Amino acid sequence: MEEFLQHIINGLNLGAGYALIALGYTMVYGILQMINFAHSEVYMIGAFSAFYGSRFFNLTEHPGWGSFFAALALAIVACSSLGLLIERFAYRPLRNSPKTNALITAIGVSLFLQFSGQVVFGADPKLFPSVLEDYALWTYGNVQLRLFDVTILSVACVAMLLLNFFIQRTRVGTAMRAVSFSFRSATLMGINVNTIIMVTFIVGSALAGVGSVLLGLKYSKIDPLMGTLIGLKAFVAAVLGGIGNLPGAVVGGLLMGLSEEMVVAYLSSTYRDALAFGLLIFILLVKPSGLFGQSKVEKV
Amino acid sequence: MSSAPRKSVLSVKDLHVSYGAISAVKGISFEIFAGEIVSLIGANGAGKTTTLRAISGLLPCRGEILLNGRPTSSIAPYNLVTHGLVHSPEGRGIFLNLTVEENLKLGAYRRKDTQDLPREMEHCFELFPRLKERLKASAGTLSGGEQQMLSISRALLSKPQVLMLDEPSLGLAPRIVQQIFQIVQKLNSEGITILLVEQNARMALKVSHRAYVLETGKVRVSGEGRVLLADPQIQAAYLGH
Repeated sequence: MEEFLQHIINGLNLGAGYALIALGYTMVYGILQMINFAHSEVYMIGAFSAFYGSRFFNLTEHPGWGSFFAALALAIVACSSLGLLIERFAYRPLRNSPKTNALITAIGVSLFLQFSGQVVFGADPKLFPSVLEDYALWTYGNVQLRLFDVTILSVACVAMLLLNFFIQRTRVGTAMRAVSFSFRSATLMGINVNTIIMVTFIVGSALAGVGSVLLGLKYSKIDPLMGTLIGLKAFVAAVLGGIGNLPGAVVGGLLMGLSEEMVVAYLSSTYRDALAFGLLIFILLVKPSGLFGQSKVEKV
Repeated sequence: MSSAPRKSVLSVKDLHVSYGAISAVKGISFEIFAGEIVSLIGANGAGKTTTLRAISGLLPCRGEILLNGRPTSSIAPYNLVTHGLVHSPEGRGIFLNLTVEENLKLGAYRRKDTQDLPREMEHCFELFPRLKERLKASAGTLSGGEQQMLSISRALLSKPQVLMLDEPSLGLAPRIVQQIFQIVQKLNSEGITILLVEQNARMALKVSHRAYVLETGKVRVSGEGRVLLADPQIQAAYLGH
């Protein structure tokens, strides 16, 4: 029982990370009906910018909240800028060409960033800077709730609540939902669709930045190819929740994290990665629209 | 009519639009003066909707479109609304994933004078009381008639100088069609210039000052609404006599 509780805590942590990344996939899909495969590399760049930023500003000398939020800010800024650049220079020129072209370009950008990362950062794994010191906040038998666990869950929660407020309550958020419904009608309202798409990439990438720092704290190892697997899992999480659906991405991410943790704990860690792909095949067979996705019914 | 020269608000000269190899509009010219209701009528495929889309900058086109004397090609499509050109499109263009209220507010997305907004919203509710009851409802749950009311109200909140309405009567019950056309006349009397696209030629001609009859991408006939209404050829071709 105690062991199970510990696995729940770990699973939620991992799941919160997946959820943050899955939101980026699902937001871009909601607007452009395109899978931004370069999103996993945005996540990777987030981790590396926190790494080099911490070094440059000596953040690890005084670990604590100040350093933690500084690293977070660095990752957010780097990811948002990168997301913006990718949209502007890789995807926008293909806005009116067939969807496959954009998809292939996304894969190209993803590979480009992975291997540029190997050239620039080096292929060997690095240790995520300890910008915050971990300790047990609460112990019950063998179960420990540590500072990192609470930090990860609360920062992820705040980020998601802010996102929800932005999308549901603000003028730009409303415009974003309008654009996701119809470019043409949105243009007639005076909405600059290109600006809204840029904002979508900025916000989605910022969430990946948050995810990179949170997961970096907990799992510490970073390398230029780190985005591939985690990105794919987050993508599966988004599909599980119903691609294009924001709450779906969060639920999908948490389910993904929890089930991965359970598979590792009670089956074998060998099957850790098989789970994600097994799950993907299962969803596509049983409910391709995902848990919260709706197959589109249009009223005339 | 002969005294002061009338002010042209929208002028279309030799407009050509094609979808790939198929040309849908083949050299249409027309002009709308301030305070008028002008209709484009014609059968399916005559090029009416295409013409409106081209004016709104949603389709690439050749020819010249002048809004208050200024070529619209020099204005980004999403900025046209700030120049007073507002388009309630075919199919009503409602965001079915948003609430009625959010749809209305998007009508005022580019407005800077938002302090007048509550009063103007009330004005819309006077025209269409039904909308007030459904304010918090998802626009996807509205009936066709309610969606049309929402589309017109939302366009009004953009503060149009010229309002382009594409098939406002499409798919509506006759009683609601009557109501929509009355409101079109009321809006016109409040000073809005209206460009109306309709398949319901009889209703359109009744309310319009002038009309252009389109046929396969060209202007076939044009003239005053009531003159066209009495024209035996028009009656035979479009009014089902």
